[in-house]
Amino acid sequence: MRAKTDPLPTAVLQSTRKPVRTVPPRAWIVVLGTAAAALVAAFLLVGLEGNLAYVLPRRLNRVGAMILVAVAVAVSTVLFQTVTGNRILTPSIMGLDALYVLIQTVLVFALGARTVLTMPTTARFSIEVVLMVAFSWLLYRWLFAGGGRSLHLLLLAGIVFGVFFRGASSLLQRLMDPSEYIILQDLFFASFNRVDPTLLYVSALVVAGLCVPAWRLRHRLDVLALGRDTAVGLGVDHRRTVTLVLVICSVLVAVSTALVGPATFFGLLVSALAYQLCSRFRHAVVLPIAVLLGVIALVGGQLVLEQVFAFDTALSIVIEFTGGIVFLVLLLKGRVR
Amino acid sequence: MITLENATKRYGTTTVVDGVSATIPGGGVTSIIGPNGAGKSTLLSMMSRLLPLDAGTVHVDGLDVSTTPGRVLARTLGILRQENQLTVRLTVRDLVGFGRFPHNGGRPTVLDREHIERALDYLDLSGLADRFVDELSGGQRQRAFIAMVLAQDTDVILLDEPLNNLDMKHSVEMMQLLRRLVDELGKTVVLVIHDINFASCYSDTLMAMRDGAVIHQGPPEEIMTPAVLRDVYDVDIQVELIRGHRIGVYFA
Ligand SMILES: Nc1ncnc2c1ncn2[C@@H]1O[C@H](COP(=O)(O)OP(=O)(O)O)[C@@H](O)[C@H]1O
Ligand SMILES: [Mg+2]
Repeated sequence: MRAKTDPLPTAVLQSTRKPVRTVPPRAWIVVLGTAAAALVAAFLLVGLEGNLAYVLPRRLNRVGAMILVAVAVAVSTVLFQTVTGNRILTPSIMGLDALYVLIQTVLVFALGARTVLTMPTTARFSIEVVLMVAFSWLLYRWLFAGGGRSLHLLLLAGIVFGVFFRGASSLLQRLMDPSEYIILQDLFFASFNRVDPTLLYVSALVVAGLCVPAWRLRHRLDVLALGRDTAVGLGVDHRRTVTLVLVICSVLVAVSTALVGPATFFGLLVSALAYQLCSRFRHAVVLPIAVLLGVIALVGGQLVLEQVFAFDTALSIVIEFTGGIVFLVLLLKGRVR
Repeated sequence: MITLENATKRYGTTTVVDGVSATIPGGGVTSIIGPNGAGKSTLLSMMSRLLPLDAGTVHVDGLDVSTTPGRVLARTLGILRQENQLTVRLTVRDLVGFGRFPHNGGRPTVLDREHIERALDYLDLSGLADRFVDELSGGQRQRAFIAMVLAQDTDVILLDEPLNNLDMKHSVEMMQLLRRLVDELGKTVVLVIHDINFASCYSDTLMAMRDGAVIHQGPPEEIMTPAVLRDVYDVDIQVELIRGHRIGVYFA
């Protein structure tokens, strides 16, 4: 038996390495990081006047919410797509957003819009987070119980749940007082203007706490992206890793959705762009690039809408529209795997 | 060496691998043959812990595959699956580098780079090392995956139908390569293969399966006989001795 550390006995080591002719991913991180920082600074400072003690904390709050959502959505999308081995589905598309809408609808239907809008935000936030985590966790556990290779079942189940939640919501909305419905509708799109500071701090702690294990999993996730069998062959504990990742994803998405509202296609938008920019796939570069793209899209988009078009609330609609088009393009290109 | 004791796999009420007990010797090429649905892939998957056993045990070089931590087993046992689809964009060198994961946990050292370059060299892939895997032909991609398993530097390598999708030239090259792994590097190679003549020419041991059981095991001289082959395949197969190899003739 030969010694385990002996490399294979062959002739001279050949060094025929040719540089790949693309922008190195780390350069992208620097470029995007600079752009994101500049946009955040611009968002805080452009047109800053009046009572600073009032305006600045408000701006900090909004930009904080945007960064938090960018991190939560980008990280959860990339991780989810890696463990499910697809590039099209995101936790939001898997029925979570529809569940959020249903929760809001049920709350407004049962308690009335006024009660919902005036009830303590922490209470509403907690209810939403708990319900969404519970739902996604049950869904994933049930789907992955059979050995973890039922991706198509996962997709189908997500779609079926989405249809069911949407159906139930629209039924309740039809039975609802039209004026209540108008208030309710306002909650269906992500908005960074109504974020409660306390909730922001709590969410930031949770998201930061989840990003640590996500980052530490990055090498294992690279292997996992090769497919279950190859990953097992290379010694990755597939079941444990997938379970851990799905827990991280479900909490990240629930927190972000409960904080600002649903953003169905936002994750897809940033992950698809991040994969495009990374010439070679590595979570160590895809994750930061996706996060930075998310920050740029949200903060830059809001800045442009506010400063150039003097709009205030339309950002999530624009992003959803763009993300929806990316979704369709990916579907039509047949990259469903 | 691989030791199977009462290895069993059931799906519902059907038993697809039925209490197999066998020993696969170390340092040789062992080919598992048998008709479709005999349970060959299932048995190989159980040996490589891709499928859990319903009963029995499998030991690879003394390690129980059901209880040994994945990372430890991955330094002893390398596997190549039948289908190797990548959803991510990787160069050949990056892919081969993943073979070092069980050793370095994703942080490559100088020694790892040496292993990678030599594995590329061994499979004649040095010229393709910076190409993307999805831009390669089927045969080249197959070789890239084998190079990954080679970089893993395990004593035992299991392969499920490695000749699938390969033309004649590449099939011969693949079998010669597996032979070299055993003869030059002292590895233990176990493969599932459909072509009994390739199996006969390149193996030290043939293992014949039928209906979830290993019904014959031995060197090609013992297995490549009309009587045994009839037992395995229910087909009359003439066996001719051509240039020292036993060749089954079953085409007409
Ligand atoms: N997941 C599964 N569920 C039910 N039956 C299966 C499953 N996988 C394999 N089988 C059955 O087990 C038997 C053996 O399959 P397999 O090991 O793939 O055969 P081979 O590789 O020898 O052609 C076949 O009859 C097959 O239908
Ligand atoms: Mg098979």
